Amino acid sequence: MSTYAQKKGFGATLWDFLTTVDHKKIAILYLIAGGFFFVVGGLEAMFIRIQLAVPNNDFVSAGLYNEIMTMHGTTMIFLAAMPLVFAFMNAVMPLQIGARDVAFPFVNALGFWLFFFGGVFLNLSWFLGGAPDAGWTSYASLAIASKGHGVDFYVLGLQISGIGTLIGGINFLVTIINMRAPGMTYMRMPLFTWSTFVTSALILFAFPPLTVGLVLMMFDRLFGANFFEVTMGGNTVIWEHLFWIFGHPEVYILILPAFGIFSETFAIFSRKRLFGYSSMVFALVLIGFLGFMVWAHHMFTTGLGPVANAIFAVATMAIGVPTGIKIFNWLFTMWGGSVKFTTPMLYAVSFIPSFVAGGVTGVMLASAAADYQYHDTYFVVAHFHYVIVGGVVLAILAGTHLYWPKMFGTMLNETMGKITFTLFLIGFHLTFFIQHFLGLWGMPRRVFTYLPGQGFETANMVSTVGAFFMAVGVIVLLINIIVTSARNVRVGNDPWGDGRTLEWAIPSPPPFYNFKQLPLVRGLDAYWLEKMEGKMAMTPAEPIGDIHMPNASFLPFTIALGLFIAAFGAMYHVDHKPWALPVMVIGLLVTFASMFLRSVKDDHGFHIHKEDLIEKTDKGVEA
Amino acid sequence: MQVEEKFTYETWPAHSEKATLEAKNKFIGFWLFLGGETVLFASLFATYLALKDKVPNTSMPHAKDLFELPLTFAATMLLLTSSLTSVYAMYHMKNFAFRKMMLWLGLTALLGAGFLGLEIYEFTNYVHEGHTFTSSAFGSAFYTLVGFHGGHVAFGLLWCLTLMFRNSKRGLDLYNAPKFYVFSLYWHFIDVVWVFIFTVVYLMGMVG
Repeated sequence: MSTYAQKKGFGATLWDFLTTVDHKKIAILYLIAGGFFFVVGGLEAMFIRIQLAVPNNDFVSAGLYNEIMTMHGTTMIFLAAMPLVFAFMNAVMPLQIGARDVAFPFVNALGFWLFFFGGVFLNLSWFLGGAPDAGWTSYASLAIASKGHGVDFYVLGLQISGIGTLIGGINFLVTIINMRAPGMTYMRMPLFTWSTFVTSALILFAFPPLTVGLVLMMFDRLFGANFFEVTMGGNTVIWEHLFWIFGHPEVYILILPAFGIFSETFAIFSRKRLFGYSSMVFALVLIGFLGFMVWAHHMFTTGLGPVANAIFAVATMAIGVPTGIKIFNWLFTMWGGSVKFTTPMLYAVSFIPSFVAGGVTGVMLASAAADYQYHDTYFVVAHFHYVIVGGVVLAILAGTHLYWPKMFGTMLNETMGKITFTLFLIGFHLTFFIQHFLGLWGMPRRVFTYLPGQGFETANMVSTVGAFFMAVGVIVLLINIIVTSARNVRVGNDPWGDGRTLEWAIPSPPPFYNFKQLPLVRGLDAYWLEKMEGKMAMTPAEPIGDIHMPNASFLPFTIALGLFIAAFGAMYHVDHKPWALPVMVIGLLVTFASMFLRSVKDDHGFHIHKEDLIEKTDKGVEA
Repeated sequence: MQVEEKFTYETWPAHSEKATLEAKNKFIGFWLFLGGETVLFASLFATYLALKDKVPNTSMPHAKDLFELPLTFAATMLLLTSSLTSVYAMYHMKNFAFRKMMLWLGLTALLGAGFLGLEIYEFTNYVHEGHTFTSSAFGSAFYTLVGFHGGHVAFGLLWCLTLMFRNSKRGLDLYNAPKFYVFSLYWHFIDVVWVFIFTVVYLMGMVG
């Protein structure tokens, strides 16, 4: 038995996770933290739907509604969807390219802790005088006027977690560029790895404008600057531009990994090579590129003029073309395949009509002239929930079932998985389909209540009932996770039986060094290729040798903790609290001292010796 | 090639900055990071151009009233020269001449510190003329753009000194060669950003 699999006490396990630099454990951390924030954001969604169930409701007050609505959007995008997507990227991508870890394991851990502390900071606003209330887009005209510290929590929390995301993106890019196994050419990479690659490039170029926007707003609110103060020469439209130059690529940052998960799912459970592989890759790259050309379609009613609106309308519609290519390729992958309707496959199949519906309303919204009617109505709310829930959330649920055995070594219960799927899908369409019509009938978004007799009652009640279906679906999933973990039936390398890519060629969960010998990749779907030729395992590309591994470190935690502390100082310094400035200085000192320590203390990692690896094989512990 | 291996002039590899996998990762990763930094500064430049000369009343100083060529020219020369000295440092690193590399790095840091001193002097002058961070949107945008660059120079100085301090006694190996190299990339980058600031903020500011 290898040492790392032995039973450890709670304290030792906790310390292990606080200091880990192993991509598989960081994936579990992202999954737990992202799952927690998903539940928090979900509760906020339920409060929204309860408040809107009947007209003139007073379940929450108008001000509290603004906070709940803002935090629902912010939490779901930054603290739930992105980390959950990062969980799968961390868990699967290095395995898919045959790497032993990511390029910068230390930075990987740092990225997680920055995201985590940023998220905790943002959510502490509930207990410290009120949450942000200017919407998840936090338009400057509203945000500058917002009283209290809510928007400060938004600005500082997102800056901290944004740095984490940025360095995570760079890490994935370098990993894919430099650390592919022998024979793993770019055009043999699995689609999920390709989507991680394109997504990471989008993160790299999209997050800096957000950082700048947040810095400007922080300067305005906390340090007396005048970027958005019109009487001092400022201009609030700058925020709109910076936010959407980030914000539009952000939605592709979320949806492209979803496309990746579904591409894997369709191929595995149709037991057939993905149709049109190279056009799938091309479409991913093209969507990523066009994603930067369309930000002003969020600003059609800002008044940029007909020329700008026309250009951005056309560019937006152009994105429909590569997306359409992908939809047809998925359909053709199933065509003639021997399709197995497992839980992930059910999500994948239902994703197609759901997401296409969101795409159709997207093209409707892209028509600038028509957008003047849809803008700021529930039609927009319906549209983006169709692409984000119907795309990203379905993919996250599919990925949870698909990769659970690879991450934890045990299968989620299929029956309960299908119950979750049925409840969630019905609930999703019940909640959001009717909202298209609410929007077209004239119900504005972001209102905390509405009057009776305007024809909104029935539709809102239907929508609320649907939300409860989704909530019950998620509860069944949580029960499934608990039951599965308690039973803990161990599974082998390829629990679905039809795995195609390298991650299914190694044990579940993989040993901490992933591959004893780096595999030789002979084509697309490398593992499937070997299986079709009757081989049980990958052909090794190297003799058994010493494996170099990075050391665990507590410094990522302290670097992130320092910024978390400093953010409190920065925020309360406007209230002239005497302790604020020292707290800010202490926080920054913790961060910089940790960075300095990391710089001056050499960290060469350690080697797993050849003899230990061979010994394990002889005892038959590791395959 | 082992990271801790001791080298001589003869055995020192031609591309010591990319000889190990860790070094290759660092090299690519840092170039990508600079790509992100480019977008960061592009956003700040766009903000500055949108808010240039946007002041609450016309009696307040505009760009053409504030900037003086001799001072910014001197600052520019200091920073451009420091980029050249960092090239010499890298040249000596490739030739395994550790002492000479340290000397040129020290000179780089000195020139960088000189630049920073001039910038602080320049900022205090503007503050006396009523052009402050909080006086107008123009002021906020100017100090944010130029100050972000200055902050990068200050961070680069700390980085350079930490590197020199940590490696002063152990000479060159494949563990620290990529660290020196990546620092020089960073230093060139902030130099290029300054070229744009000099053009867009100062030269374009003075012609109106």
